[in-house]
Amino acid sequence: MAAEPDAGRQKELVRLVRQDCGSCHGMTLQGGLGPALLPASLHDKPAESLVATIYYGRPGTPMPPWQQFMSEAEAGWIVQKLMSGFPQ
Amino acid sequence: MRLVLGFLFALLLTACAGPQVRGTGDLGLVIERASGHVTLVDTTSRQPYARIGGLGDLSHASAVYSRDGRYAFVFGRDGGLTKIDMLEARIVNRVIQSGNAIGGSISQDGKIVVVQNYTPGGIKAFDAATLELLSEVPAEYAPGKFSKVVGLADSAGNKFAYALFEGGEIWVSNFSNPKQPTTQRFTAGSQPYDGLVTPDGRYFLAGLFGEDGVAMLDLWQPEKGARKILEKYGRGEEKLPVFKMPHLRGWSVAQGKAYLPAIGRHEVLVVDVATWKEVGRIPVRGQPVFVMARPDGRQVWVNFAFPDNGKMDVIDTLVGKVVHAFEPGKGILHMEFTPRGENVWLSARDDNKVLIYDTATFTRVGEIAADNPSGIFFTTRAARIGF
Repeated sequence: MAAEPDAGRQKELVRLVRQDCGSCHGMTLQGGLGPALLPASLHDKPAESLVATIYYGRPGTPMPPWQQFMSEAEAGWIVQKLMSGFPQ
Repeated sequence: MRLVLGFLFALLLTACAGPQVRGTGDLGLVIERASGHVTLVDTTSRQPYARIGGLGDLSHASAVYSRDGRYAFVFGRDGGLTKIDMLEARIVNRVIQSGNAIGGSISQDGKIVVVQNYTPGGIKAFDAATLELLSEVPAEYAPGKFSKVVGLADSAGNKFAYALFEGGEIWVSNFSNPKQPTTQRFTAGSQPYDGLVTPDGRYFLAGLFGEDGVAMLDLWQPEKGARKILEKYGRGEEKLPVFKMPHLRGWSVAQGKAYLPAIGRHEVLVVDVATWKEVGRIPVRGQPVFVMARPDGRQVWVNFAFPDNGKMDVIDTLVGKVVHAFEPGKGILHMEFTPRGENVWLSARDDNKVLIYDTATFTRVGEIAADNPSGIFFTTRAARIGF
C-alpha cells in the first residue's frame, strides 16, 4: 500500500468526496443518481474494482474518471475510507 | 436592574413575534446544504432576516412556493418535506415522506405538492395545506423494476410531467382527482437525467445522458408521443467526462431561442423554439450546469461543473456570445435573479457566502454569510409554471 496522503491532502479529498462526488452519491453518501457509498453497500465489492471505478470511471454509466484530480493511490485511500466509514 | 432588562427583553420579543404586515414578493430562501438550515432573505434590503434549522439533509434541496408566496415547501435529500411560513419565519409542518428524494413541484391550483423520489422510485402527492399524503405513483416501468424519477414539472390541469432515469420514459400524471391519479407513459430515450417544462407550459423536455439528444413531449398534444430533438448534437465526438449533471430547471428562453447546457461539452446549445432545431452553439469556459436567463431575456448566466465551478460566464443574447467572464468565488452552485432581474444572487459554497451582483454593471453590490449555501429560491417562483 502506498503512503497515505498527508493531512492537508486528506482534507481536500474528504471535501471532494462529500461535495463533488456528493452531487450524485449524496453528501451523506446514501446514494442519489449514483449508488450509496456506505460501508454496508460496499463491503462485498472488491477494493481494486472500486479503485478502478473512481480512477477510470465506468463507461455506459454517468460515473466519470477522476484521474486528472487524484493519483491511483489517493483513489485507494478514498476506497479504504469509504469501506470503513468516511470522515466528515 | 435585572427586572427592567427582563421586561425590556420581553417587550422586544413581543414586538418581534407579532405578525408583520408586509408582502412576500421580495423574499426568498437560501439552502445551507451541510447544516440543515435555510436562511430567509429580503431582496430589497439584500439582507437575511431569519435562519431556520432542523430541515435534515439538504444536499440537492430545492423549494417551491404556495401561490400566495407565503409558504415555502422545501424538499430535502433525505425525503423530508418541510413547509415554512416566510412571514413568521418558522416551520409550520414537516414530514419524512421517503428515503431519498430529489425535488418537487406544486400544482397549478396550488393545492397539491408533489415530490419526486429516487428510493423508492416514484412520486407522491401531498395536500399543500396539511401535508397529508393523498396518493402516490410508483415508477414501476417493468414488473418489479422501479426507476429513479427526475425532472418533475407542473403543467396545466394539475398534471405533472417527469422522466424515469432507468425506465427511459416520460410519464404524465393527472391529479385532477388527487386521490386517484391517472398516468400516461411515453418512450423518451436512454437515461433521462433532468427535465423542464417551457414557460408557457406546453412542452416537456427531458435531457438524455445515455445518448446525445433531448426528448420532447407536446403536452397540448400528448397523443402524438415524445420525439427527439437535438439528436446527435455531439456528432459522434467523444464526450468529455461529466463531473456534475446539468440542471435543466431554470432554463432559458429568450428572443424565441432556448439556451441549453450541452452535456459533456464546453458549450451552450442555442435552439429555435419554433422549429426545435439547433441554430448555434456558444463556447463557454466549462461544462454548464445552470444556464439561466435574466427575466427580461437579455442575458443568460452560466455556471459550471467541477473543476470549473468558480467561474461564471454571461451571454448577451443580442450578440450571441459571452460578454462577461469572471470568477466570483469558490464553488458557485446556483443563481437566482431578483424578480425583474436587476440583481442576481450567487451561492459560493466554498466561500460560505451568497454574493449579490448588479446585472447591468457586473459589480458586486452585497454579500451575506451562509453555511455551504446551495440553492437560492425567491418567492417569484410562486407565479411561474415549471418552478
